[in-house]
Amino acid sequence: MNIFTIIDEIQKIDPDFNDRVNPRRAAIKNITSFGSKIALAAMPFAIGTIFQRAYGAVPQAIIDSFNFALKLEFLESAFYTKGLTTTISSSPLIPAGGDTTAMTTISNHEKAHVAFLQAAIVALGGTAVLQSTQGTAGVYDFTAGGKFPTVFTNYDAFLTVANGLEDTGVRTYKGQAPICVGNQTLIGNQTLLACALGIHSVEARHAATIRQLRSNRTTGLPGLKGWVTGANDTGNTNFAANYAGEDNVLQGSITITNLMGYNNVNIAVNAATEAFDEPLTAVQVLPLIAPFGVK
Amino acid sequence: MQNFTNNYPVEEPEKTQSTMQRRSFLRYAGAGAAALSLFAVACKKSSDVTSTTKTSIDVGGGDNGVLNFAYVLTQIEAAFYTQVISTPYTSITTAETTILTDLRDHEIAHREFLKALLGTNAMAAITPDFSNINFNDRTNVLAAAKGIEDLGVAAYNGAAPFINTDPNNLGFILKIVSVEARHSAVIRNLLAGTTYATFADSTLIHGASYGSVADPLNGLETYRTPAQVLNALNQYLTVNLTATLLV
Repeated sequence: MNIFTIIDEIQKIDPDFNDRVNPRRAAIKNITSFGSKIALAAMPFAIGTIFQRAYGAVPQAIIDSFNFALKLEFLESAFYTKGLTTTISSSPLIPAGGDTTAMTTISNHEKAHVAFLQAAIVALGGTAVLQSTQGTAGVYDFTAGGKFPTVFTNYDAFLTVANGLEDTGVRTYKGQAPICVGNQTLIGNQTLLACALGIHSVEARHAATIRQLRSNRTTGLPGLKGWVTGANDTGNTNFAANYAGEDNVLQGSITITNLMGYNNVNIAVNAATEAFDEPLTAVQVLPLIAPFGVK
Repeated sequence: MQNFTNNYPVEEPEKTQSTMQRRSFLRYAGAGAAALSLFAVACKKSSDVTSTTKTSIDVGGGDNGVLNFAYVLTQIEAAFYTQVISTPYTSITTAETTILTDLRDHEIAHREFLKALLGTNAMAAITPDFSNINFNDRTNVLAAAKGIEDLGVAAYNGAAPFINTDPNNLGFILKIVSVEARHSAVIRNLLAGTTYATFADSTLIHGASYGSVADPLNGLETYRTPAQVLNALNQYLTVNLTATLLV
């Protein structure tokens, strides 16, 4: 039999076949569904590898991107898990009621994002990074080497770190999502780009909610908005680098503050910076999260 | 009568609030918060609309199709919040005024940016009419805001993949969508009081109980295709917008 004829035949039926073929078992499972087209008994067991090599389709850039996102999700997930289980003199660090509801929801999402990324990396034929490789045997330093010494002894400090982490997460996904463009791998019947967009907006919801929690506490940061005003608006200078470029008012070749806003007055600087969140590349993000133990 | 031309993509000057049409647009059935969600009406078939009496305009394909689609959305959002601030609801607080003013100014920034980006490729301006929203009532207004913002996030997430020419355009859509998600979360949190129970609930996010349900998309936000979004918006516009090339 001519292997390339077989590939052509499969491609006619399933244009996504070349992207879906990964482990040998999955490859053979896909092949059996085409019934009489293939003499299964004649297939070499390493057929999966052959198909992969024929199309050179292992998207390393996406695997690397998803592993980077996974590292960030491990960090965030561990942060919220620890926060939700921390007590100070037998009282929970996180106040009962809305704060606990918010943190639990966020924590559940981060766990789900970890699971999603792990599964996606496998679907792409890659190897997911293990949390045990991060921090010290998988345990992070959420004080970031002493920058946030009261992160688990003071709820407002915890909220500040959450604020920084979530906004950084938004910027990270915004920078990574375009890497998925063009890939046809489907998870839950949607492309990786659609999936990346689906995590990105959830992180933005987290960020906005953390900010509202901070704004609504007299010991938090009253006046803090759900969106980023200017650059570092967290009230903690240790996060300055996380907000570099957020005060941008030039979008492409268009200066937002030169455009007409409400009542025939130019759009104000604050609105211009708030209305657009800015991306960060992986190279830019890593030094921001390395102090917590991300490697 | 609306003075729309159907020569797409002729640009029309933005209508000021004083000349806003009073036709029935953005008709929200009932006064309940749930009924005011635009998602609730997204299932309505476009055949329910008397489209034979409306001019049909397609947003087009490729990057300009996506950008024009976004431009329509931002025009509706900007007009809504402009009305909210100009006729604020009873007992609006200072904090709420600040938030809703920001939303207005963000949507105006988005609208003007997209208009500038599209240049001569911008579709003719649309003029929605919100005469059936009770702007005096906080629940009514915030529920409408929630519906609009939720739809916006779903719309941008569903339209972004149709960018196929200039990666910068995907970048712009990405910069905007996270801000819309922040808007949606903030409005939902305002509606939910201090419970913080709905900023990312199961109406938005896959997975009822994360990790225990075998849904590969657990924890990911849902989206709507451009056609689904326009299906929700068209009932409230004087034109029938289509997105036949954004598929």
